[in-house]
Amino acid sequence: MTTATQTIKPTSRFFDPTNPNLRFLEEVSAATAGVARLEMCIQCGTCGGSCPSALDMDHTPRMLFAMIRAGMREEALRSNTPWMCVSCYHCVVRCPQDVHIPDVMYTLKGMAIRTKLYKDSTAPDFSSTFVDMVESYGRSFEFGLATRHYLKHFPLRLPGMAPMGLGMLSKHRMGIKPKRIEGIDQLKAILDRAKELEAVP
Amino acid sequence: MSKYLFYPGCAMETSAKAYCDSLTAIQPILGLDVIEVEDWNCCGATEYLGISLTPAYALIGRNLALASKQATETKTLIASCSACYLNLAKADHYMQERPLLNENVNTALAAGGLSYQPGTLELRHLLDVIINDIGLDYVRSKVVNPLKGLRVAPYLGCMVPRPDYDHRWSDHEHPDELDRLIAALGAEVIDFPLKTHCCGGHMTQIGPSTAFELIRRLISSADQYQADIMVTVCPMCQMNLDAYQGETNRYFHTNYQMPIVFFTQLMGLAFGLEAKHLGFGKELVSAGKALGRIGIEVPEPEEKQARPKRTKPTGLPMPTMPGDEEVN
Repeated sequence: MTTATQTIKPTSRFFDPTNPNLRFLEEVSAATAGVARLEMCIQCGTCGGSCPSALDMDHTPRMLFAMIRAGMREEALRSNTPWMCVSCYHCVVRCPQDVHIPDVMYTLKGMAIRTKLYKDSTAPDFSSTFVDMVESYGRSFEFGLATRHYLKHFPLRLPGMAPMGLGMLSKHRMGIKPKRIEGIDQLKAILDRAKELEAVP
Repeated sequence: MSKYLFYPGCAMETSAKAYCDSLTAIQPILGLDVIEVEDWNCCGATEYLGISLTPAYALIGRNLALASKQATETKTLIASCSACYLNLAKADHYMQERPLLNENVNTALAAGGLSYQPGTLELRHLLDVIINDIGLDYVRSKVVNPLKGLRVAPYLGCMVPRPDYDHRWSDHEHPDELDRLIAALGAEVIDFPLKTHCCGGHMTQIGPSTAFELIRRLISSADQYQADIMVTVCPMCQMNLDAYQGETNRYFHTNYQMPIVFFTQLMGLAFGLEAKHLGFGKELVSAGKALGRIGIEVPEPEEKQARPKRTKPTGLPMPTMPGDEEVN
């Protein structure tokens, strides 16, 4: 009988040429939009030094990229780093190697969601809820998104946010009804086909 | 009149109504003629890209495809929101860079009877068009009410000057386009060091403490430079800095009251339009005091009607607090 601890194989500290995760770098690169240039990273650390949310990250982008190169798939996908990325593109314009850092972060988020390896569900849930709304209406729907998200993840924040929410409603800056586009069926057909294509490795 | 295609984005109809109203008001003065993309959909913001790649780009692709069908008189598509602008530009750029992405997006679009040839459209932000096509000399010639004495912090945020695929901006970190525009309106521009730093983006929803710190940095810096008002070019930046300023103040025990408005609102004022047609009063931190200093009257904020108080006590006698009588 195997116990839970035995089934999870710890990452070996020694080089193992048969480790399938050694190709992880190529996998991440291939799954990223555009040409990611992740292989070009020279570990200079400019990205982390430019990052406004680096302090709240488990690993700086530089460390995360080294982990990906080292085939540490699980550790990299469990890291909160991609979820803390604010897409400010400071790292991108400063990177001497033109690595498409935020796009790599998007790829890692998608991989973490598919393998359910994220530690905290707040950010993945927010993204999924947002996408649900967009897929149903073709437009974002802030009121529905905010209420669903805050009730689930920040119920204690709600009383403090009430004045802001009421302000947004009374100033007509937030609609309580979603707006649906006319071509919603067309959009759904497009997205369904895109999802089929995405499923092909 | 120069014609442009226009992608407003979801926020223009809701949280950034002030941006929409003020843009509509100044368009005739600028001679900016726009054709809205018909039945456009959400660009996916920064959320869809993190869920799955092909659907995210197909979502953006539908907008590009619809716009290119309408691109008879012009091939320039303007976006007013920074995230929408970046997403449209990004999809066009990566579809050219990666043929496989182009193929997949077009296969998906074909399921809806659409297609998009990357490179067909020119993707630009509204500010870029005002500065580089209409020009500051023209803007200056339309100023009838210079905003003399108003100290403005020009705040561009991230996604307009970066990553800047088409090299349209003077600098990635300290571009001066917005500064020059505000100066052309007669206002005093502060040399705002954090002009392209992050407003927190979606972190207000998923990691509030991170977001509050980023908001604090921006507002406290503008405050140190004694700015009366901060000007943005993006609905998300305006929303974070304005609507979450109260929560940020509570979090840090500060009491900043920095009004955050759109650059188009200030343009309207300088062009002599009435504040009530420019979306003023929709901001949660009122711009009334700052604009009052330079003699511009802003309508009272659209507050919720206070419920009329009962005049005669009915039912059980209730305890009253001192000052209850004055409130009505």
